[in-house]
Amino acid sequence: MGKIIVVTSGKGGVGKTTSSASLATGLARRGMQVAVLDFDVGLRNLDLIMGCERRVVYDFVNVIQGEATLHQAMIRDKRVENLFILPASQTKDKDALRMDGVEKVLEELARRFDFVICDSPAGIEHGALMAMHFADEAVVVTNPEVSSVRDSDRVLGLLQSKTRKAKNGENIKEHLLLTRYDPERVERGEMLSVADVEEILAIPLLGVIPESKSVLAASNSGEPVILDNVSDAGQAYEDAVSRLLGETLPHRFINPAKKGFFSRIFGG
Amino acid sequence: MGIFSYFRTRKNTAEVAKNRLQIIVAHERAQNGGYEFLPRLRQELLLVVQKYVHVELENIRVDVNRDGDCEVLEFNVILPDNKR
Repeated sequence: MGKIIVVTSGKGGVGKTTSSASLATGLARRGMQVAVLDFDVGLRNLDLIMGCERRVVYDFVNVIQGEATLHQAMIRDKRVENLFILPASQTKDKDALRMDGVEKVLEELARRFDFVICDSPAGIEHGALMAMHFADEAVVVTNPEVSSVRDSDRVLGLLQSKTRKAKNGENIKEHLLLTRYDPERVERGEMLSVADVEEILAIPLLGVIPESKSVLAASNSGEPVILDNVSDAGQAYEDAVSRLLGETLPHRFINPAKKGFFSRIFGG
Repeated sequence: MGIFSYFRTRKNTAEVAKNRLQIIVAHERAQNGGYEFLPRLRQELLLVVQKYVHVELENIRVDVNRDGDCEVLEFNVILPDNKR
């Protein structure tokens, strides 16, 4: 059985979909069979970030309601082998994600794929609870900012109480993914540091993704940022993928870039 | 860190953020700690304490705090000023 991983956060706009797309793409590039699912019914966006928005025919809700098979609804990625996308419905209401239907789809996917990545909607409503309910592991995407950290803590509470594993007395393996990190602002005391966030949330760190222009450029063009090998964000996601596969790597991009002579004298 | 930055007074807002977060997160964890029996425990605790000293429910705090892998159940009873 493959692993079901939910990418969640509570707060919106912190980078769940960006992270889902990049982690899924990275895992598939390492030869894994990967499915990535959009749970944000009504506001789908994973298709745009993955660049397959014009190839959507059927969606997650169609599959749950028996109007299409998984095989018909899954979109094969054109760049990376072994990577499939299941888009969310744009029209149906979010209650269409019935628990038994979600369970059936996830079970079928876990039988066929090594990794099933669930891109959660923001909030802690039905859609978000469904995305996390059957997960084996959780990637909690957090910005170094007070409201995001607080919401992540709430989500950790839900992961530990409302999910299938929790109800069976087991633990979901939790990972912290800190995104939009700006080491220079941290050094100036303007932003929470990696250590601060780790101390408050007390879960293992999967990766630190630096604030980077390449993220917007990637979403503009519908290419997961991990495919941008030269960008710092792309490399940071590669490291996170390695850690997800069990490797131990030092964290990069958490210290400010070295400054030149002039900027050190005159400030910059 | 140029020479100009020495003339700027800096306040460390990250530290303020961390302190605020630690307080609110501890508070919310205690409330939503996943232990549904906590309010009842607090009520029963009040009855036991009231056998010996008069306190109000609001003077009893029951919190669950996480310390690494460990969860700590913490009781705080604030005693009244005038001993009876």
